[in-house]
Amino acid sequence: MRVGKHRKLAALVAIGTLLLAGCSSSSDEGSGAYAGPVKDTPGTINVLAWPGYAEDGSTDPNVDWVTPFEEATGCTVNVKTYGTSDEAVQLMQGGGYDVISASGDASLRLIYGGDLQPVNLDLIPNYVGIFDNLKDRPWNTVDGKNYGVPHGRGANVLQYTLGKVNPAPTSWSIVWEPNSPAKGKVTAYDSAIYIADAAVYLMATKPELGITDPYALDQTQFDAAMALLAQQRPLVAEYWSDYTKYIGAVQSGNITVGTSWQVIANVLNGEKATVGAVKPVEGATGWSDTWMISSKTEVIDCAYKWLNHIITPDVNAQAAEWFGEAPANSKACALTDNKDHCKLYHAEETDYWSNVYYWKTPTEECLDGRTDVKCVPYAEWVKAWSSFRNQ
Amino acid sequence: MQRSPKARAASLISLPLAWLLIIYIGSLFALFITSIWKIDTFTSEVIREFTLQNFIDVVTDRAYFNVTIRTLIVAISVTLICALIAIPMAFFMARIARPKSRPVLIALVLTPLWASYLVKIYAWRTMLYPDTGFLNWLISPLGGSSPGFGMIAVIIGLSYLWLPYMVLPIYAGMEKLPNSVLDASADLGAKPGRTFFGVVLPITWPAIIAGSIFTFSLSMGDYITVQILGGTFQMLGNVVYQNFSLNLPFAAAVALIPVMIMIIYLGSVRKTGALDNL
Repeated sequence: MRVGKHRKLAALVAIGTLLLAGCSSSSDEGSGAYAGPVKDTPGTINVLAWPGYAEDGSTDPNVDWVTPFEEATGCTVNVKTYGTSDEAVQLMQGGGYDVISASGDASLRLIYGGDLQPVNLDLIPNYVGIFDNLKDRPWNTVDGKNYGVPHGRGANVLQYTLGKVNPAPTSWSIVWEPNSPAKGKVTAYDSAIYIADAAVYLMATKPELGITDPYALDQTQFDAAMALLAQQRPLVAEYWSDYTKYIGAVQSGNITVGTSWQVIANVLNGEKATVGAVKPVEGATGWSDTWMISSKTEVIDCAYKWLNHIITPDVNAQAAEWFGEAPANSKACALTDNKDHCKLYHAEETDYWSNVYYWKTPTEECLDGRTDVKCVPYAEWVKAWSSFRNQ
Repeated sequence: MQRSPKARAASLISLPLAWLLIIYIGSLFALFITSIWKIDTFTSEVIREFTLQNFIDVVTDRAYFNVTIRTLIVAISVTLICALIAIPMAFFMARIARPKSRPVLIALVLTPLWASYLVKIYAWRTMLYPDTGFLNWLISPLGGSSPGFGMIAVIIGLSYLWLPYMVLPIYAGMEKLPNSVLDASADLGAKPGRTFFGVVLPITWPAIIAGSIFTFSLSMGDYITVQILGGTFQMLGNVVYQNFSLNLPFAAAVALIPVMIMIIYLGSVRKTGALDNL
């Protein structure tokens, strides 16, 4: 379906991997991926992960899937966590990390930058359990080459405070339209990638713009999204990126409606139901994370074992439950502590994900396949967002 | 080992001097160099090629002019508020309170510095909540309401945070004030108000300026308080924070704005002798 869109990108990646193949003995000359077999070479593996993705018992003694891995494989694990995709890209480019749990808006930047290597999925037995609609997607596969194994996914939901927002909203219009009943109590995500949320709303409300992918916006579509954000500004109480602060603002009533994560709603509903969370009719943005291997790793055997370990059904179940997202391995659903976990996070409902647009890095070459126009690249999104926020 | 006093002085000063040159001047220089580089627009990697585009972007985009003005307004307001509170406080501590109680008073001024910056700002956040905060509860019977989150909240928060940095230099300046000068003023028939504005204030002026250097520079660079208390309001520090991971050269170019403002400020207060009071 999407083959050929990243041809230019892929060519550059191929050049990058060829260059790297020259200095890395572990790379197979043909595909760039490790030919295997995975040997029992001990080593020290440096893991770059979202908080909660690689727990070694230091956060909570009962939450630990790193130590069993170390005991089983003889690979010592060092974990470094990061707060945003942008920080992840910066750390990965600095080098020194062997594997990373990259979201879709980080992965393409890293692949293009030559920081990652293709992954030979034949060497990862647990890959068979991954949901089909997560396999071979544009954020983890470039020009037919797989760059990693999916970990989990979630949608950016519309959250509203029960009793304060009546009736319960089913559309994003409540956060975008000037006549919103929640004026002055709205929140929005404080990152350039939020421009895509505006684009998702425009896809439904202004079909004449012809947006088919919120991450592939030409200049006209992009300007329309920025205009929508400007229209939203008077409604906004605060922009959020720190989720603990968000929780406090909802509890105090400063924020009653806005984009959120399921995990935030769950924390707020911990003692009694205070908020509702829906995926509105227009669809939503979301994230889908993938474990990937550095092109410069010297512990390739440990890296493959880590990728296989992290998507083992019971490990994937633990990680997804700890973080609060849908697991990537279909067999994980039977192994969660809360038997409703997969239902709560819609892990098995294919339809639920059909209008969830996972974070991707916008590029000049349109990601939706259009070749007659140039799209606005992410660097311009960042510039526009920074200018918008400081207007 | 070294006999000549000059050589001894040189060996003594070399370590702090190296610190100053390498760590401080060096990092400022690195900041400047970074601001004239490009980035790869897709991967955000810094490319070491010369460009003035970052400066052009900063100057031509009206948003960054506005944010500079807003930052200056906040820094000046915070400095004025701190000075207005600190001058009478320091005067009381240094001249009116019994000498025995002075150490206690200084300790009291310093106590807020013992608590974490974040704890204090989050405390202000709870107090400033528009409908449910303490401040709203306090003012609403009088017909007012909490200012909510925004520029005013940021000015309140920063004034609270930096007050001790204003009180201490002014206290030191007022303590040095010779009693004979005040006695002379009184003997010549000046009322207390006249003595304060005609004698105390001019003599302690360099100390007040010294305090203002702290409050002004600390406010210019702050971004965390703004994130917590600012609502949708932003300052220069937030621009740098938003851009440093994706466009380091641009962030460096923006970061040079407060550096330049501070250089101008320090240059203009140099002749008051304030720098000797730091």
